[in-house]
Amino acid sequence: MRNEVRFLLGDEPVTLTGVDPTTTLLDWLRDQRRRTGTKEGCAEGDCGACTVAVGKPVDGGIEYEAVNACIRFLPTLDGTRVLTVEDLAKDGTLHPAQQAMVDCHGSQCGFCTPGFVMSLWVLHQDGPASPQRVDDALAGNLCRCTGYRPIADAAQKMAELPAPPRDETAALARLQAWADGQTLDVSANGQRFVAPTTLDEFCDLAAAHPDACILSGGTDVGLWVTKQLKRLGTVIYTGKVAGLDAITDAGDHLRIGAAVTYTQAQDALAALYPDMGELVRRIGGQQVRNMGTIGGNVANGSPIGDTPPALIAAGAGLELRLGRGVRVIPLERFFLDYRKQDRWPGEVVTAILLPKPAPGSQFRAYKVSKRFDQDISAVCGAFSIQLDGGVVRAARLAYGGMAGVPKRAANAEAVLVGRPWDEAAVRDAMAALAQDFTPMSDMRASAAYRAKVAANLLYRCWLETAAALPMRLTGREVAHA
Amino acid sequence: MRDEPKLPGNTTLVHEPRPHDSAIRHVTGEALYVDDIREPAGLLHLCLGLSERAHARVLSLDLTAVRTHPGVVAVLTAADVPGVNDISCMGRMDEPLFADTLVEHVGQPLFAVVAETRDAARRAARLARVAYEDLPAILDIPAAKQAGAAVVFPPMTLSRGDAASAIETAPHSVTGTVVMGGQEHFYLESQVAMALPGEGGEMMLHVSTQHPSEVQHVVAHLLGLPTALVTVEVRRMGGAFGGKETQANLFAATAALAAHLTGRPAKLRPDRDDDMVLTGKRHDFQVDYRVGFDGQGRILGADFLFAARAGYAADLSGPITDRALFHCDNAYSYGAVHATSLALKTHTQSNTAFRGFGGPQGMVAAERVVEEVAYSLGLDPLDVRKANLYGPGRNVTPYHQVVEDWDVLAAIIDQLESESDYRARRADIRAWNQASPVLKRGIALTPVKFGISFTNTAYNQAGALLHVYRDGSVHLNHGGTEMGQGLFTKVAQVVAQELGIGLDRVRLMATNTAKVPNTSATAASSGSDLNGMAARDAAQTIKARLTAFAAEKYGVDGADVRFADGRVRVGAAADLAFAELLELAYQARVQLSATGFYKTPKIHWDRKAGRGRPFYYFACGASVSEVTIDTLTGEYRVDRVDILHDVGRSLNPALDIGQVEGGFVQGMGWLTTEELWWDAAGRLRTHSPSTYKIPACSDRPRIFNVKLLDGHPNREETIHRSKAVGEPPLMLAISVLHALSDAVASVADHRHPPRLDAPATPERVLMAVERLKGLA
Repeated sequence: MRNEVRFLLGDEPVTLTGVDPTTTLLDWLRDQRRRTGTKEGCAEGDCGACTVAVGKPVDGGIEYEAVNACIRFLPTLDGTRVLTVEDLAKDGTLHPAQQAMVDCHGSQCGFCTPGFVMSLWVLHQDGPASPQRVDDALAGNLCRCTGYRPIADAAQKMAELPAPPRDETAALARLQAWADGQTLDVSANGQRFVAPTTLDEFCDLAAAHPDACILSGGTDVGLWVTKQLKRLGTVIYTGKVAGLDAITDAGDHLRIGAAVTYTQAQDALAALYPDMGELVRRIGGQQVRNMGTIGGNVANGSPIGDTPPALIAAGAGLELRLGRGVRVIPLERFFLDYRKQDRWPGEVVTAILLPKPAPGSQFRAYKVSKRFDQDISAVCGAFSIQLDGGVVRAARLAYGGMAGVPKRAANAEAVLVGRPWDEAAVRDAMAALAQDFTPMSDMRASAAYRAKVAANLLYRCWLETAAALPMRLTGREVAHA
Repeated sequence: MRDEPKLPGNTTLVHEPRPHDSAIRHVTGEALYVDDIREPAGLLHLCLGLSERAHARVLSLDLTAVRTHPGVVAVLTAADVPGVNDISCMGRMDEPLFADTLVEHVGQPLFAVVAETRDAARRAARLARVAYEDLPAILDIPAAKQAGAAVVFPPMTLSRGDAASAIETAPHSVTGTVVMGGQEHFYLESQVAMALPGEGGEMMLHVSTQHPSEVQHVVAHLLGLPTALVTVEVRRMGGAFGGKETQANLFAATAALAAHLTGRPAKLRPDRDDDMVLTGKRHDFQVDYRVGFDGQGRILGADFLFAARAGYAADLSGPITDRALFHCDNAYSYGAVHATSLALKTHTQSNTAFRGFGGPQGMVAAERVVEEVAYSLGLDPLDVRKANLYGPGRNVTPYHQVVEDWDVLAAIIDQLESESDYRARRADIRAWNQASPVLKRGIALTPVKFGISFTNTAYNQAGALLHVYRDGSVHLNHGGTEMGQGLFTKVAQVVAQELGIGLDRVRLMATNTAKVPNTSATAASSGSDLNGMAARDAAQTIKARLTAFAAEKYGVDGADVRFADGRVRVGAAADLAFAELLELAYQARVQLSATGFYKTPKIHWDRKAGRGRPFYYFACGASVSEVTIDTLTGEYRVDRVDILHDVGRSLNPALDIGQVEGGFVQGMGWLTTEELWWDAAGRLRTHSPSTYKIPACSDRPRIFNVKLLDGHPNREETIHRSKAVGEPPLMLAISVLHALSDAVASVADHRHPPRLDAPATPERVLMAVERLKGLA
């Protein structure tokens, strides 16, 4: 057990004791370290002005991710290297990410610029990027001045500039030396942060502290602190539990550990269900996808979380553990009511079990929001249709944004089963959705729009499986089986 | 029209694409914003306590728990204001710093917590117990109209000819209403102010504001001090867009009050949610129109009623609704016209300046009228636009100013129509749509003609202060503020050009009311027009003194003294480095500091009569947008945008292109995804980026061709014949709304006007599609 948080800030080893567990990296950088290049724009992970790079030792090197410092609690940085905009220029020479921004006139007011520079810096690690990759890497950074064109140009141009020499030997050695496998346990101001390292330890801790806040990414929990000023008491962090971030092929299904981030899951999901990959690509910005987890998205129980409808449609199961006792339930049964889940006190989500597509099945998932990237669904619809000689043998239609929980459309499903997969059946199922859902009006959409779109998404699913027409705006080639 | 002669041998600095003066400091994080300034010892942090009701009497305000919260030093209410509890910008006394017995919007400040830490201030602010007695709340335009249409500022009417009878006798007429939403500024840097108390009542403030002089005035008024005791400084803002023209007053006044009462420095930086709930936004409008036209689509008469949600106080709603009327013609000559404004009082945030300042709303109404005419006659809307453009013999605006820039407008539209291949693409799109049942494409070309000058004539003045030091370095101040637009860079280019020195020798200093007094807001796109001229005036004064000195010293004619490339050539007698001449001049006791001043000529305006020349000139432009919509969900993509925009002779083409592109995307956001949503209790529910959606990187047009118009220097004698650029490009985005409309109309074979209101969210697009399908 260790009571001090250790990480590298640039090249400087930082050791912190008595740190308040919910101090954000942003506040610490600005207030304690006077690294004021990192800015607060929203304190909710939606604008990217606070973007920094966090590196972890991977395969003999350090792998960096862009994250939002505003919702990142300090103890979660234990064992990492944090780079801010102040770390990039060396001996008066700008990094290509910075020089390209200057050359392309990529800054106007300059306030969002350090965040963009950090996202670009992380992108630069992978070499030249496709326009698509650039858009994804920058989706979590808002700029109100430039209209983005010069920044996107800079993202291309930086790859053409000479790359600066880089030697991370010392930093890597330090991080490796720090990797002691110990449980981090820090307390201050009546709050405690524990980062267990094994699954058993994690489950035992959770069982012993049924009121603890399970932190798995923190892209929502962070806002409880920055917006609602909530005190979290005991926080149990999943980010250091060995194996909890693993995706395992279990033959007929994938086992997705509860701490697997969106970024980690995206390709694996896309390989099985192309639309699920696309859906995950549109969750938050890159910074949020690097921190947020599928397990957290499910366990949180939000009615507008984007992964549950797709997972439910695909027939996913949920693995829960209370102490050493494990149970598996169909995912849709987890969501009991608005913000109420079938999770016993002290019980934790340990994995999502995602079946592989059955032969003859068609899977589609669609997210509808005001903005394509980094928005929350007004309606999310996901459909799995099992066909047998053109007749629907089974149908799983799941929606988000239509009720207090992610929910299957039982009436519409019943209409489809046993009927030919044709327009008449689909039209009848669309009408039946009115019995399944009574959506509400809010800032994202009116009830009438939600109802109309929910039906139209089912229609689109039928159109896409029945005809080869241009039907999507996302600009992505989504290949379906 | 005279173009400028270039001095032989002088490196041209103006008209060159120089990078922003802070570009390197931006990318390294070194650029300091107000919250980045090293905090003085003993700094106090503030948080505002906000009304939870839209309209209510405050029966009691129990602050006990707030005061006793650990770390709280003081709690300030209306009773603590030593001067006048008012922060209104136009002296209408309708905007208290703290509400006392009456609250008029959810989010109105009731008190301020002063604490040792920002966290303590925020926590304590939530502990107030307020007893309210609710009063009827009027939240939007229809409700305000129904309740008797109380206004926050006297309406204005513009009238030319007899519009009523022109419409009556016209072969065709249409009546309708267009609704357009407001817009949150969403400057990335939220409002912020830090106040440092000095001796004898003096107060120094660092504020993120476009209008330091007004902040100075408001603070002095609030504290009951002479203006001379208050100094306001701003080096840069992290975006403003009009949202820091008057809205900074509240934050600066609160910080100053706390500093004044405690004797300690104090800072107020609201979080994003508080900022959005507290501050005013772009006005939403509902415009009723009636228009009469002939068979060729020529508009013979037009009548408009511009109703705006002003919010609870006047703020700038008067001038903003005025400017909406000034642009109800956009680029078109109406045979006869009658237009009236209504700045309606509502129990919501007091709406305020936002890039375009009412102009965008005027133009959206004008373009809706064009759409009505086009669909009524089955014409291409572009042909209706061209049939109504200002031109020779049809060049008088509704406010009786003669449009002299009509030739620029015509040139832009012709060039853009041809270069963008508008006609052929339109035909292709129609054909493509026939074969695509779900996705539909649309295209539109819309022009912009925007009047340049503050309509309050007095504001069209500027000052500068220029010091030259003995090493030849130049320290320059002017009244304008830097919010990202590149004003400092442009003014430095002007001064360096004038003195024949390198740009690196000119340092633009933080805007400070002690350096240049009585300034106007950096607004109305006027920054470089006004301050560029004032700074040049100062530089010319210095240059004249140096010229006279050198001519006398070396016995040559003043005309033979040339400043270029960092050197001064004194006829054949001497060739000195600029710094060498400076040292000689200093030794000879030549004054090396000068002020500069400028006031815009030719302009005058009589609001009551609705006549005059409010604008020095017009800045013009046009854009073609092409979109694809999804008729199952209403989602859309902007596939391609072509822009041709008029900035006269650009002072800096790189910065100007930046303004055009950035303005366009911001305007696109206003008309598409940016939706402000209040609930039935008057609470703004879109108060952070998770719910309020400005364009993201991938929303920019897939193909984005932006050009500045060549060969048309400003016909007026502006700074190096350039034109203002800040606001006009925002309105180029109206072509996106009309491209969406064109796509929507395709579902009914373009037989019915789509009448798509703004913001055209996916929901509005889908609902318009459904309505038109019903008519088809």
